[in-house]
Amino acid sequence: MLSYILKRLALTIPVAFGVSIVCFMLVHIAPGDPLTSVLPPDASAQLQAEMRALYGFDRPLPVQYGLWVMKTLQGDLGVSIATGRPVASELGKALGNTLMLAVLATMIGFLFGSLFGFVAGYFRDSWIDRLASFVSIIGVSVPHYWLGMVLVIIFSVQLNWLPATGAGPGGSAEWAWDWVHIRHLILPAVTMSVIPMGIIARTVRALVAEILSQEFVSGLRAKGLLDFGVFRHVVKNAAPTALAVMGLQLGYLLGGSILIETVFSWPGTGFLLGQAIFQRDLPLLQGTILVLAMFFVALNLVVDIMQSMLDPRVQRA
Amino acid sequence: MSAAAPALIQIAAIEKSPGYWAGVIRRFRRDPVAMAALVIMLALVLMAIFAPLIAPADPYRSSMIRRLRPIGTPGFPLGTDELGRDMLSRLIHGGRLSLLMGVTPVFIAFFIGSAIGITAGFVGGKVNTVLMRTIDVFFAFPSVLLAIALSGALGAGIFNGLLSLTIVFVPPIARIAESVTTAVRKIEYIEAARASGASAFRIVRVHVLGNVIGPIFVYATGLISVSLILASGLSFLGLGVKPPEPEWGLMLNTLRNAIYVQPWVAALPGLMIFITSISFNLLSDGLRSAMDIKA
Repeated sequence: MLSYILKRLALTIPVAFGVSIVCFMLVHIAPGDPLTSVLPPDASAQLQAEMRALYGFDRPLPVQYGLWVMKTLQGDLGVSIATGRPVASELGKALGNTLMLAVLATMIGFLFGSLFGFVAGYFRDSWIDRLASFVSIIGVSVPHYWLGMVLVIIFSVQLNWLPATGAGPGGSAEWAWDWVHIRHLILPAVTMSVIPMGIIARTVRALVAEILSQEFVSGLRAKGLLDFGVFRHVVKNAAPTALAVMGLQLGYLLGGSILIETVFSWPGTGFLLGQAIFQRDLPLLQGTILVLAMFFVALNLVVDIMQSMLDPRVQRA
Repeated sequence: MSAAAPALIQIAAIEKSPGYWAGVIRRFRRDPVAMAALVIMLALVLMAIFAPLIAPADPYRSSMIRRLRPIGTPGFPLGTDELGRDMLSRLIHGGRLSLLMGVTPVFIAFFIGSAIGITAGFVGGKVNTVLMRTIDVFFAFPSVLLAIALSGALGAGIFNGLLSLTIVFVPPIARIAESVTTAVRKIEYIEAARASGASAFRIVRVHVLGNVIGPIFVYATGLISVSLILASGLSFLGLGVKPPEPEWGLMLNTLRNAIYVQPWVAALPGLMIFITSISFNLLSDGLRSAMDIKA
């Protein structure tokens, strides 16, 4: 077990290194001089040269990368051009909001997705199976940003039951677990849950169908085990994979929350990314992408290790 | 059973085998869902190609006095947008860029990804390690995040959007191509071909390609719906297509504030994305089961 964890850790290091290079290069693939995003277009040549030296843009790329990594490891992600505040502090609050939304959405998605998938796989090729498969196809095909808009139209504009945007009344940024705030969480979380729901339903359906077709199930039935007993065995066999898929889905939602956060003006990392894109705030863009990508790498690692602990048959290299 | 067996052998000897692809087409045509998806998809493609002939009005002509008319307005069957442009014409024209932006990245990534994956899988060893570890780095980003990171850094524009999305779809295709090729490489007839002196290029062209291209292709068709949603999503965020071009994602963005005035007109472009995406998904599923490929 320990050797597997160490091996898996060793594989993560080069990936994390590569991810950091991609994030570093984001500022450099941007059209024009990276300075143009820091300076007004009419800055004097002398000021440009000074700023170039200050930001280290006059050094060779590998040196710049080294300096950037050193700074990043100390928690310094640079300064947002638009607000003048450190990127790290902007990110802190936003990350909490996105995490809350993504975890809730994953939970809703997992609950309903595994339910649909289980029923579909258990009653394979019945009308329930077809209905569940159809729902899960819709889940993976619907543009979720549009679904968010449609839900806003129905529940905010037409029925006026739930607020359309923001994370609290009057744009207040402080979160509290009361109805006034939770109301704001419902629509974005439900919208977001549709993606993992479809994928988890598909995965669970395939898993259940495969497990039920295995010989040990016929053996259990022959032994006289009732449906409920068989059900317990199926759950035990399907759970590790389903949980692993759920873990990865959480990572995808964290990274992909930008579209939904834009629709609902949810003050998370996606909203921050939207601002960074709109204002061409490259340090903010780079810092947010780096943190989200590293989070995803770490999550992948944790999911793999946990899966191999739950199910020793799966020790992926 | 015993009587049928010799008869079967006889038939097989007399009739020429209809071949693998004939079987695939036959199975596909018996699948009503997949056929319906194919018809819808073809209709959408034809609509995009012949947009100037079908559209009743000029999709760019705006008018300040007829902004945000509801669905069913005489002369404007699907209403008008926030600048008074005919929604029906804009939706028809919007299919051009939306389909182009959604399908092209997967199409290009199919060639690049297959080339990388087949090379890695067939050559193996150090080449495989270098190629696949590089691919792993891009895999470490959730696809939405990578697309937004790249096009956010490159800036808005159709070309930048296409480039970012292509980079997003190369890694998953390369990974599938690599695993399929590695599996095929171990089959004995490859060994036999090598023993009889066939060059590596010939083995890939004659023996490997035919076996791996089907699964890779089906996998790639499954990515088109993701690509469509992502491409329109980029335009929705202000990346990708720029105004005043009609494109479904961009239209959804500019109509966002109109949900309080004409909610259902504002939702129309998203419905188009949804219909397109679901027909590509169902098509890919149908193709997968017709070709009997396990997911």
